[in-house]
Amino acid sequence: MSHQELLQTRFPAAGLVFSDFRDNHRVHVPKERLVEVLTCLKTEGGFDMLVDITAVDYLEYENADDRFGVVYVLLNTSTGERTIVKTFVNDPDPTLPSMYPLWKSADWTEREVYDMYGIKFEGHPDLRRILMPDEFTAFPLRKDYPLKGRGERHNFPVITRSES
Amino acid sequence: MAVKDIPDNIFMTTLDAAANWSRANSLWPMPFATACCGIELMATASSRFDLSRFGAEVMRFSPRQCDLMIVAGRVAMKMLPVLQRIWLQMPEPKWCISMGACACTGGVFDTYAVVQGVDRFIPVDMYVPGCPPRPEQLIAGIIALQDKVIKTGTINGREFAKRTLPTGPAPFDADELIRIREGNELLPVLN
Ligand code: SF4
Repeated sequence: MSHQELLQTRFPAAGLVFSDFRDNHRVHVPKERLVEVLTCLKTEGGFDMLVDITAVDYLEYENADDRFGVVYVLLNTSTGERTIVKTFVNDPDPTLPSMYPLWKSADWTEREVYDMYGIKFEGHPDLRRILMPDEFTAFPLRKDYPLKGRGERHNFPVITRSES
Repeated sequence: MAVKDIPDNIFMTTLDAAANWSRANSLWPMPFATACCGIELMATASSRFDLSRFGAEVMRFSPRQCDLMIVAGRVAMKMLPVLQRIWLQMPEPKWCISMGACACTGGVFDTYAVVQGVDRFIPVDMYVPGCPPRPEQLIAGIIALQDKVIKTGTINGREFAKRTLPTGPAPFDADELIRIREGNELLPVLN
């Protein structure tokens, strides 16, 4: 049984949307059902590896209803099957449940999504910035953050030769 | 003692000239190699280009033992405090070469995370252009720096005390200020 059939039988009325592109199998999940769907995929579908979590900012995107899409890429290491689970969150205060209890690899990937997009993951044991310095205040991959920043790259003391 | 009494194997010089001569011919580089330019820096030190011909082959990974910092590669805003700290840890006399377009100006990386030229925040003596500069170019830069040391150096570093102005442009350019102002106006709306 493919994971799509599995999900269809388990969650007939959950509003899952399936789509395929070449060998990409994608499923859109409403935020409320995310934990159930991912737990089912892990325990029954055999997706034992969470390859990546990433996000997309759909600000000012045509035909977009939601601000952020969060993408989970799963891999079944015994069959080589892959699937992409996508869910949507919105301003203000975009929050999702953490997948750390299911897959330990969610630790750093969720921190990265938090660092770049400001999406919070509830239940994450240590949700800190992972790439930007701790004192950074913005979320740089959001579309409303200017490419050249708000002056953070120039916020340092200047050392002249006579004083060093 | 009259000059005519000095034997042939004794030379007269000034202390400054003697110090400059020895310093210029034994520059010990601190390889601050953060990106692709660092590969070229390694090539410069290796046998084909052989930096030791110019007395600068002793790469030291402790700033306490170096007198030439070679910033090779882009410096991210998270790395800049490290760069400044290493620069401050180097003992006098010290010089700095900014190698490559990224270290000099930020290069193509005009983004929030990359410092737009290390000379805005630490003093730079010599700029080596290129992306990446060829090893010959870096060697030319080091030779030019040796020339500078010989021509302007003093034994107790008096010439450094005169450089009270930053070598680079001011940290903020006008565009930057406009961007920040716009950003701040938008800030309550966005966050
Ligand atoms: S100047 Fe070019 S080669 Fe050097 S660090 Fe920048 S991109 Fe890399």
